[in-house]
Amino acid sequence: MTTTEQHIDPKLVKILESISDPEIPVLSIMDMGVVRSAVVENGVVQVKITPTYSGCPAMDVIGDDIKAALKTAGYESDVELILHPAWTTDWITERGRKALEKYGIAAPLEAEADKDVLLHGKQLVKCPQCGSKNTRMISQFGSTACKAQFQCNDCQEPFDYFKCLK
Amino acid sequence: MNKNLYNYILGIADNSLILGQRLGELCGHGPSLETDIACTNMSLDLLGQVRSYYQYAAKIAGDGRTEDDIAMLRKEHEYFNVLLVEQPNTDFGYTIARQFLFDVYHFLMLTELEKSTDLNLSAIAKKAIKEASYHKRFSSDWIKRLGDGTDESHERIQAAINDLWTYTDELFHQTEADKAMVEEGVGVDVTKLKDAYYEEVKTVLETATIEVPESKYFQKGGKQGIHTEHMGYLLADLQYMQRTYPNMEW
Repeated sequence: MTTTEQHIDPKLVKILESISDPEIPVLSIMDMGVVRSAVVENGVVQVKITPTYSGCPAMDVIGDDIKAALKTAGYESDVELILHPAWTTDWITERGRKALEKYGIAAPLEAEADKDVLLHGKQLVKCPQCGSKNTRMISQFGSTACKAQFQCNDCQEPFDYFKCLK
Repeated sequence: MNKNLYNYILGIADNSLILGQRLGELCGHGPSLETDIACTNMSLDLLGQVRSYYQYAAKIAGDGRTEDDIAMLRKEHEYFNVLLVEQPNTDFGYTIARQFLFDVYHFLMLTELEKSTDLNLSAIAKKAIKEASYHKRFSSDWIKRLGDGTDESHERIQAAINDLWTYTDELFHQTEADKAMVEEGVGVDVTKLKDAYYEEVKTVLETATIEVPESKYFQKGGKQGIHTEHMGYLLADLQYMQRTYPNMEW
């Protein structure tokens, strides 16, 4: 696949939306944007998924979960991992971003703002607990490869910021 | 099988595997929780890249070898990583210096590899370059913090840079596989990265008030499978489970 478009058979959407990201359980793999295509070919569902980061340990689990969910719905399936086009945080849906915030993870900013935050210490990331932008970065790396560690200067809560990846 | 392509992929992948292993050693041993997590995050990125490379190499080999066999069952002289990445985590200064000296190279190399006529390598590079740029940001920042920090941190990072400098030149040596792959438009001509590399490295070191070593005496051998004394111990750690319990799986 050479385009950034998704090709998902409409009748498979509900099934795929029921599968959550094992590391961020409030987010479905569809809202995460990792499912790039899912089509039925000769009675078998061909699914293509792409990793957020190269070493994302969730990919194997996601692949297994997809197969299991499709099986329950009566489909056999093959899951293929593709690297191109590379995943970007732009593929997280609006619903996904809201779910992240609600879960306590600050959603990714635009690329330029992200740079300002991570490199120049600008206060643009909103604390998902109290909404204050008076926040600071504690570490460029967080609990998973896709996140950085932040802390709110107002409510003092530490939280994860989902790094922008483009 | 295309032996040159196979060896070329291993040359790139082995750097990431061995550096990933070194960084992984810091899991639970980093100097602070944040740096511990950062090092293991970078390790994870590198090992992720390695999987993509080795899966591709295994496909080219086409003899039933898997990515795990390639990672776990070779002997020391069959690894083609540069000597730089196998150097131990002597202290945090060494860890950062090694990372920085590799990251600057890694980013330049991946930028070129992205243009490869080999679509698999190009796709892996496209993915990896985003990660490598983040690693470089991290290690450059720490070079500056340590160099421009306390007397103690300055002394240690300077010592690490002085020691590891001798392994930098090898990054730009071409192997037979390199030459063949450059000719085919698949591989990166590393000799052309050298000037940009040293310029960038020097700029960061100068900002960090670290003296740029002047030594012209460089070590080489890793790319031919001739390693420093540290490699055997590293592999003993890395391969222990597969050697003790052959074919075991998670």
